[in-house]
Amino acid sequence: MAALDQLREAVIDGQVAVAVEQTRRGLDEGIPAQTLFDDGLMAAMRRVGELFEEGEVFVPEMLVASRAMTAALEVLKPELVAEGASTSGRVAIGTVMGDLHDIGKNLVAMMLRGNGFEIDDLGTDVYPEQFVQAVRDGAEVVAMSALLTTTMTNMRAVVEAIGEAGLREGVAVVIGGAPITQTFAEEVGADGYARDASSAVRMVEHVLGRVRATNGP
Amino acid sequence: MSGATTSNASAALSAVARRGTSSRERVELALAHQEADRVPLDLGGGLVTGMHVSSVYILRQAIGLDPPGTPVKVIEPYQMLGEIGPDLMDALGVDVVGVGRPTNMYGFRNDNWKRWSAFNGTPLLVPGDFPTDPEPNGDILMYPCADRSAPACARMPKAGLYFDSIIRQDPIDEEHLDAAANLEEFAPISDEAVEHIRAEVARLLPSGRAILADFGGMGFGDVALVPGPTLRHPRGIRDLEEWYMSLVSRPQYVYEVFDRQAEIALANLARIHAAIGDGVTAVFVTGADFGTQEGPLISPKTYRTLFKPFHVRVNDWIHANTGWKTFIHSCGSIWRLLDDIVDAGFDALNPVQTSAANMDPRQLKQAYGDRVTFWGGGIDTQQVLPFGTPEEIRAMVRDRMRVFGPGGGFVFNPIHNIQAGVPVENLLALYGAVEEFRGYRIGDPAA
Repeated sequence: MAALDQLREAVIDGQVAVAVEQTRRGLDEGIPAQTLFDDGLMAAMRRVGELFEEGEVFVPEMLVASRAMTAALEVLKPELVAEGASTSGRVAIGTVMGDLHDIGKNLVAMMLRGNGFEIDDLGTDVYPEQFVQAVRDGAEVVAMSALLTTTMTNMRAVVEAIGEAGLREGVAVVIGGAPITQTFAEEVGADGYARDASSAVRMVEHVLGRVRATNGP
Repeated sequence: MSGATTSNASAALSAVARRGTSSRERVELALAHQEADRVPLDLGGGLVTGMHVSSVYILRQAIGLDPPGTPVKVIEPYQMLGEIGPDLMDALGVDVVGVGRPTNMYGFRNDNWKRWSAFNGTPLLVPGDFPTDPEPNGDILMYPCADRSAPACARMPKAGLYFDSIIRQDPIDEEHLDAAANLEEFAPISDEAVEHIRAEVARLLPSGRAILADFGGMGFGDVALVPGPTLRHPRGIRDLEEWYMSLVSRPQYVYEVFDRQAEIALANLARIHAAIGDGVTAVFVTGADFGTQEGPLISPKTYRTLFKPFHVRVNDWIHANTGWKTFIHSCGSIWRLLDDIVDAGFDALNPVQTSAANMDPRQLKQAYGDRVTFWGGGIDTQQVLPFGTPEEIRAMVRDRMRVFGPGGGFVFNPIHNIQAGVPVENLLALYGAVEEFRGYRIGDPAA
């Protein structure tokens, strides 16, 4: 079987060693790093996302697939840089102030990475000014997570802080987490809400279009 | 519900009506899928059926139980649960009381109470070993068994109201992974702990309330416990993502951990049962969450192969050897797993997260109402209770009593603990509506 097919299969099955081996094999065979990423890793993670939304794979399977993807990406990174590959976009992601829950946030970050996004992971208990700084540092999208009803309201403070810094036009804000709804997203002035890690990728791609239209080429 | 059940219920009801229904009988009848005089109510019987201390404070103030500023005890530091004392139970008509081990989630005793105020200013009493001095960044760090020479095991952020585990994960040596490393906290129960449980049961039985016991030791992958919060230097798989991945990448390891855990747990249960007999109404078995907001966290196959065998083993032992009922807690959308979870033999399901996907109360009652008691599902705590109006709360309580109540099989409890930040008028609306609608005749279309 061709390296690309084996690479996709290894990522979907969460086989770290095989994914790394097939990435190296692909490079040795002269496949461009960008092709290995697009048609190997990204295609595999999109498939994992579909299977997740269809209820065919679950959180553990998604985590092992992401781990295999991450290991293969480490091998590809220097080559991607050498080829001058461009990213899909830059996303700053974090769990809001007062909240330490990050499994959901990490899943979203992994899925975004697997779809070519550059991730600025701010961690947990992230204060509004840290999100603002990440926008100043070049984030086109701010992605926030909260598990608790007592912390979800802190999302509003982040949207306001970005606005007060005069940066709201140039950045999209997306939110998620167990208690979050579309209505809540509208109330706090976010641009989008996604209910799981897979649909978060589509949401980020969608809102980026608007940001780039605003920011210009 | 079938007519046969109703007539059984009538017979039981007339039997208890002759001498008045005690709280304990009310809960036992519900668990036997029969109607008593009214739907039983739990608040604080377990560590997943309680209330954040700051909500307990405002509720006690509002119903005039305490002078302003009277502190409330934190009986569980991890989730900062407040004590639901006998006066509050009486005021609300609570039918369930809890019994646990002598030490808390972090391995120290709830004694030598001292004053503290939470980050939101609530006056509290916390155990003497509860750390109250913040770090330079304002966070509070918790230490396993209050041992400050060990690395901290949990953290309450300055802007937070709860603790969460600090992950302490040694590098994993795949070749030498030994299940014993994940079993350090699962040990034969001490004589002292058995005596504590015996004394607590003896103390609480005369209250007439049903006892929900949490003997510990049966977590089977409860992610609150996987990080080893009581351990000074946890070994094995302690990182949560690594643990979830282990379910598919190291299933034999997990199976072996659970197998040994079950063996230890059953030996402990035998000793506890010898000490207390059937004084306990229900036993908390496991709180490993199997659902997310949108669907199952793990596949039905993973549940069936890795978890169910041990759930069956514990449920079968308890049913064969004791008069206790068994209780499982799993948050999230677990509709796709429920055939197996119910088939594993649990008597009560909590918290019945009807706010998650595919968890429709009517569908749940129709599909499983004759086999499992819904111990929860009374009010949505993600949207309606904290952010809704008193009218919306009343309407939901009324609906849930009507859906889950008929034929028994329902213990009213909110979906998981009531958190901080709920307006006091909403808390009053909740318990006002419970009182208003907990009569079983609310379920009778003719009523």
